[in-house]
Amino acid sequence: MVDVHAATGRQHRLTLRPHHASGTATTITVVGDLGQHDRERLEAILVDPLLETGSWATTIAAAQLDIGLIPGVTDTAAAQVVHAAHLLGITIDDASVGRVIDLGEVDIAGRPDEAEIRRRWANAVIERWSIGRPVEPGFASGVAMSVATEHVELPDDDAAITALGKERGLALDLAELHVIREHFAGIGRRPTDAELETLAQTWSEHCAHKSFRADIVLADGSLGEPLLARLRRSTAEIAAPFVVSAFDGNAGVVQFSIDRTYALKCETHNHPSAIEPFGGANTGVGGVIRDIIGAHHRAIACTDILCFGPPDTPDDALPDGVLHPRRIIEGVVAGVADYGNKIGLPTVAGGVLYDPAYISNPLVFAGCIGVAPAGRPALTGPHPGDRVVVFGGRTGRDGIRGATFSSMEMDATTGDVAGASVQIGDPIIEKLVSDLLVDAWDLYTAITDCGAGGLSSAIGELADGIGADVELTKVPLKYAGLAPWEIWLSEAQERMVVAVAPARVDALVELAAMHGVEVSDLGMFTGDQRLVVRFEGDPIIDLHTEFLHNGGPRRRLEATMPVPMRDATVPTVDDAKATLLALLAHPNIASKAAVVRRYDHEILGATVIRALTGVRNDAPADGVVLVDPSDTDGIAIGIGVNPWYGIDDPEHMAWAVVDEAIRNVVVTGADPSAIALMDNFSWGNPTRPTTFGELVAAVEGCVAAAHAYGAPFVSGKDSLNNEYLTGDGTRRAIPPTLVITAVAPIRDVTLVVTPDLKRPGNAVVLLGRTLAEFGGSHTLMLTDDHTAAGPAVPSPDPAARARYAALHAAMLRGLVDTAHDCSEGGLAVALAEMCIGGRIGAAIQLDGVHADTTVALFAESAGRIVCEIPAESVDEFTALFAPDAGPVTVIGKVADSSVLCFDGEFELHVDSLVAAFNGARR
Amino acid sequence: MSRPTALIVRAPGTNRDGDAAFALELVGADPHRALISEVFADPRLLHEAQMLVIPGGFSFADALGAGRLFALELVTRLSDELTAFVQAGKPVIGICNGFQVLVRTGLLPGGALTVALGENFTDGAPTGFICDWVRLQPVSQKCIWTAPLIDDIECPIAHGEGRFVCDPDTMATLVADDQIAFRYATPNPNGSMAEVAGICDSSGLVLGLMPHPENHVLPRQHPQHLRHHRGGLGRALFQAGVDHAKDI
Repeated sequence: MVDVHAATGRQHRLTLRPHHASGTATTITVVGDLGQHDRERLEAILVDPLLETGSWATTIAAAQLDIGLIPGVTDTAAAQVVHAAHLLGITIDDASVGRVIDLGEVDIAGRPDEAEIRRRWANAVIERWSIGRPVEPGFASGVAMSVATEHVELPDDDAAITALGKERGLALDLAELHVIREHFAGIGRRPTDAELETLAQTWSEHCAHKSFRADIVLADGSLGEPLLARLRRSTAEIAAPFVVSAFDGNAGVVQFSIDRTYALKCETHNHPSAIEPFGGANTGVGGVIRDIIGAHHRAIACTDILCFGPPDTPDDALPDGVLHPRRIIEGVVAGVADYGNKIGLPTVAGGVLYDPAYISNPLVFAGCIGVAPAGRPALTGPHPGDRVVVFGGRTGRDGIRGATFSSMEMDATTGDVAGASVQIGDPIIEKLVSDLLVDAWDLYTAITDCGAGGLSSAIGELADGIGADVELTKVPLKYAGLAPWEIWLSEAQERMVVAVAPARVDALVELAAMHGVEVSDLGMFTGDQRLVVRFEGDPIIDLHTEFLHNGGPRRRLEATMPVPMRDATVPTVDDAKATLLALLAHPNIASKAAVVRRYDHEILGATVIRALTGVRNDAPADGVVLVDPSDTDGIAIGIGVNPWYGIDDPEHMAWAVVDEAIRNVVVTGADPSAIALMDNFSWGNPTRPTTFGELVAAVEGCVAAAHAYGAPFVSGKDSLNNEYLTGDGTRRAIPPTLVITAVAPIRDVTLVVTPDLKRPGNAVVLLGRTLAEFGGSHTLMLTDDHTAAGPAVPSPDPAARARYAALHAAMLRGLVDTAHDCSEGGLAVALAEMCIGGRIGAAIQLDGVHADTTVALFAESAGRIVCEIPAESVDEFTALFAPDAGPVTVIGKVADSSVLCFDGEFELHVDSLVAAFNGARR
Repeated sequence: MSRPTALIVRAPGTNRDGDAAFALELVGADPHRALISEVFADPRLLHEAQMLVIPGGFSFADALGAGRLFALELVTRLSDELTAFVQAGKPVIGICNGFQVLVRTGLLPGGALTVALGENFTDGAPTGFICDWVRLQPVSQKCIWTAPLIDDIECPIAHGEGRFVCDPDTMATLVADDQIAFRYATPNPNGSMAEVAGICDSSGLVLGLMPHPENHVLPRQHPQHLRHHRGGLGRALFQAGVDHAKDI
């Protein structure tokens, strides 16, 4: 392709090379009639001589790899160049920012091949490259044109219509295609491509959660209650007074005090993160923040739970088309950090899990919490006559068909064919949008964000039962050349849709202008229950909203329920001391500081208990506590996740992770009588009866635990089809991964508790019972194949609720100096972490815990908490626990030394514990 | 004047303006947050203020080097007003991104001197964004913000480009002229030359620093507050600025 600008000499390329040689330089290419003086002025602004050198050159060396973005991918740096030139009074038509890599300075033999480039430096999903000559810059004006609207013939033949669905990437099954064909036959016309795409997005697993709404067919032929209905019913039955809204709209809403409400949401962004880790994770965070602002709340904190393949995975163990875990880890963490840090929200709680099962299918769970003053009138719209107003970012060809893409299994071609499904976020625009909404909260009657499905799902949802008529040429575009259906389906980021009474449109436009946010009035909500979408006045979509939202056939899914083994098998531990050190160094237990420190967790000044705690800020905390600087009360956030339990026993896994999330907030001092829960299921293909059976069992576990603790689910999200088909036909599915987030009120910030040991002589007390439960445990992983069936996964403890209530009563009396939950690695790891936090030792007797030392040290039984209690308060503390709260065992005391000693077994210096825990990762 | 007005200027991407406002209100200022577009449209907002604050964030996404565009906006549209503000004896503080902005406008260190804030770089490798707690030793007796400080300040850092860089002559001048405002008293988090965490201009009125004293204005914000840690509050710094602004 001939580069017109290069040929005419209007293209200018500036290379910025940092003084500290890293082998990578930034390139800025601009198009315009620039003289020497203009170039000097631009260089003076763009180059800081103390940090870098700038050079204007249109060629590169033979051993240099030039990388640029594909046209249409969000390029915030290029926008900044255009802005700077404008301020200088220099006219440039376009800009593109890329990077050039010196291959001579890297350790490779000869010229790298395409696979090597993809593996080490570039991502073909968003970038293109060349060696020895500059890559063609990805100017927005270089975006290709698309074809106009077409009508699609739906064949009568089943095989042909299935092939058509597959070819168009619709992710609809045969029954759904039949319904669509019959519908259009009934109204006597063919569907347009835009109508087909709209139905595919709206009915996708991602948007419609078909499997969670499906009728469940059990092995004996009986029908089970759909999973979503089951979860909703449990929340209704628990009838907690603090639930304002559950499983409705963008987020769950709870109210713990008279003056404010909190909105809670957690999302998954798994498939995008697998093929473009930075953009996938980045927009996952952006999307969940929009869910919160779309629920009429101001976002105050983010959470993230990440599941990766092991960083030391050998290259030859990777299936075709799969990025190396190190690339995925680096990209995902950078993507989460970039969005949260730039939009100005603390990323406070989370987890990082490693397992080979996540190599081809990493998981990214992004959560957000928001706050709003209580007593605001509820949104009542849209009303007929209200305007359909979109604002925020512009629309481009980024993120087309994300919802259907997310609903399919992945294989080696996914990265190539789904490139357009991934976007790069622009957190600065979302910050402007968020600030605008805080000021504009009373100007609209309904609001939702543009997530999966873009305008089609946002306007489609708002128009449900009322109807809308919109004109697509009014949508602000990033560049020309988009087909109508692309504008309608684009998942370009940072956009919101609101319904606005006509009399208030001007006020919103004026406020938006002050905030620097672009607004466009697309049309109106009609009241005729038809969704009409026009392009230059001609309808390209005309669908009845009832058919769009409720016309899809209800699914029936077969469930083969798992039959877990629940044997009290105890692994053989020959060297308990070495095992404890190995557990502390295990990637799943070892310090996550390298990740946590990449996130700003201090902004807003509300973080009272952080993910890292103790004398040196390097010991793990359980839950985190947020209290706004101007308040004395706030919330605690706790996370529970354990896929390894799920392999053996999904039902007990679910109970255990609900318990862990709850314990994580209870140990900080949160009120155990007012806990709200969120669920996030990442699962395999639900049409396989055993996989669906595991999901049904996990939901049963969730519901049972919710009832047992009186803690209702208020929001949830499922991501299914997390499977990867390798070149040789092997199917790789993830383990059943359920993330539970618990949120509970901190009534008094002065009474919070951390897990680092505080004072020599204080008593160390274990709450709860210890059983021979090693199923899915990390100790079993170290000694045996963790997929081996047999050992019992930690079982529900019926005494846990009473125990947590008693502990809370003790905390209110100020009797508890320290509290920490026992989870992966059991009591031994819990105590080691407490010692690391306080940089102090403890003297422990195990005989009161369990007769078998291995069980006492390493079993992962649920419901257990280790406390530090001043010696003089032990009697008062113990007396608060009635028999129904389970055992309360004084197991030792905080030492006057730096040694953790298990009486009669072994001892370890705190320095050894720190070295194992922090390792090279610190 | 009892409550001096502190003008907190926001660009798109500024995000610690609220934290700065909370800290200033706590020590007796009347914080007023304004978008740069508002200040450009009505420069009286600046004239009528007794103190100027450029808070932390990622102005214009910092996509091509931190603070570049925000600085260019200020220099292009408000250069004379800013000079007049300092000449009137009014204090200015730039925190994190605000420090980066003040350096790129030339207000810091001032005169013919140039310094820069580069990517964090320690042990021979770039570290990327870091969020951690540090202890700051106040140094300058000329700086109106640091001269009254008795104790070290403890507070978080949260930045990716905080490595203070200048040539040796500039460093010698800054030291000789008492323009080093703060040094890191805990291990250097970002590779800054001579542990420099903040500098002031030659008048002592304009301060720029990378760490966030506005995030340690209450004892409970300190990570070890449950271990009975007290002191090191960043509010002392804001108190110094407000005390000075009161007398204008």
